[in-house]
Amino acid sequence: MPIRCEIVSQDRMVWSGEADMVVVPGAGGEMGILPNHAPLLSTLRPGIIKVVHQGEEEYFTVTGGVVEVRPEKVTVLADASEHVSEIDVQRAEAARQRAEELLKQAPPTTAEHLAAQAALQRARIRLEAARRFRPKRGPQIQSGPADEEQG
Amino acid sequence: MATAREVKLRIRSVKNIAQITRALQAVSASKVQRAIATVEASRPYATKAWEVLTHIANQPGREQMHPLMARRDEIKNILVVLITSDRGLAGPYNTNVLRYTFKKFDHAPAAVHYATIGRKGREILHRRGKHIIADFSGIPDRPTFSDVSHIGHLLVEEFLSGKADEVYLVYTDFINMLRQNPTAKKLLPLEVEEESRVQQFSPTGGQKVLPAYIYEPDDVEILNQIVPRFTQLQVFHAILESQASEHAARMVAMKNATDNASELADALQLEYNKARQQSITSEMLDIAGGAEALAQAMAAEARKASS
Repeated sequence: MPIRCEIVSQDRMVWSGEADMVVVPGAGGEMGILPNHAPLLSTLRPGIIKVVHQGEEEYFTVTGGVVEVRPEKVTVLADASEHVSEIDVQRAEAARQRAEELLKQAPPTTAEHLAAQAALQRARIRLEAARRFRPKRGPQIQSGPADEEQG
Repeated sequence: MATAREVKLRIRSVKNIAQITRALQAVSASKVQRAIATVEASRPYATKAWEVLTHIANQPGREQMHPLMARRDEIKNILVVLITSDRGLAGPYNTNVLRYTFKKFDHAPAAVHYATIGRKGREILHRRGKHIIADFSGIPDRPTFSDVSHIGHLLVEEFLSGKADEVYLVYTDFINMLRQNPTAKKLLPLEVEEESRVQQFSPTGGQKVLPAYIYEPDDVEILNQIVPRFTQLQVFHAILESQASEHAARMVAMKNATDNASELADALQLEYNKARQQSITSEMLDIAGGAEALAQAMAAEARKASS
């Protein structure tokens, strides 16, 4: 019996459908959710959500938020989330470089430093997700040169 | 009476105006649809977040959940977020929401400060000598959540630092193409109603009672995540509603302008026809008079010759 899964961010429904398993980056670590899971509310760390349905795997990035689990339903309230195919690699790479620059300039423990660190983490997750999980075939844009130097 | 040429020029200019207002009308119509669609798209998150919020807030033994939900005993400072448009030509849209604001807050028992979203509101508040602490004009036509989340962030900070004891959102609620209502909503402290609200929002409705959750790491941390986000989301919603209202009001205003212009063009056309007719008539009279005079002269000549 599958479990209903919805990933919503503030401005749109990112994904919804039936899933056999959902793996989310919970506050206490990676958390695999199967149908009939006990009711649970957890915050999310920035990371990657994996949804398994009918033998196929879908990957989404998430920058934080909350997940609500009920026996028949998983709802992810994401701060921002996108499917791997939606990731703009060039933009993420630019964001990574910008964040690294800022990180060098801003003195540690200031608000700017923390913000830059968070931005860097978000960019890294996007790049990693795109590198690892984006399908290599099809009309999708091949990962650009910016991505390669990452790997 | 104007000459035919003058009237013709006027007709042309009126028709030009009608063309522009008609174009604006069409643009506004499509923008209304877009704004409504965006509101709809953010609804699942809002519904779910609200459901979780009410659920946690209604747990027994939870009086002071979160600083953003704490009501203050003494209200000394009120912060009003006023949403208007950046551009005019929107019929009574800005006037209505401003008049509503003044009616509601001019006699408030506490000091009222304003934060404005939209140039029109800022200008009028400024002229009236109101205290404006922040201005967020120039919101894009198609805002995303991240375009406006900093506004909610500032409001939360003002509230937490104690500079504002209550925060209100004044915006224009979109009801339909012809009706938009100015609305004030208390944004902070966030008021969560009794459990009955949860049932209303629960997908199955009716008697469903939410199960006891496992919290990870704990309920306070989860509220810390949700409450500020929810506040930002409410601001986002209000902006979208206001934009839909603005475009709807502009559309109606532009439709009226187009109608008036076509009516005027018709009236002018009539005037032009009359003027043209008249000039032809007078020309005819001239020619007829000339011909008559010529005929008389010739007749006189002939009489002279025969005599």
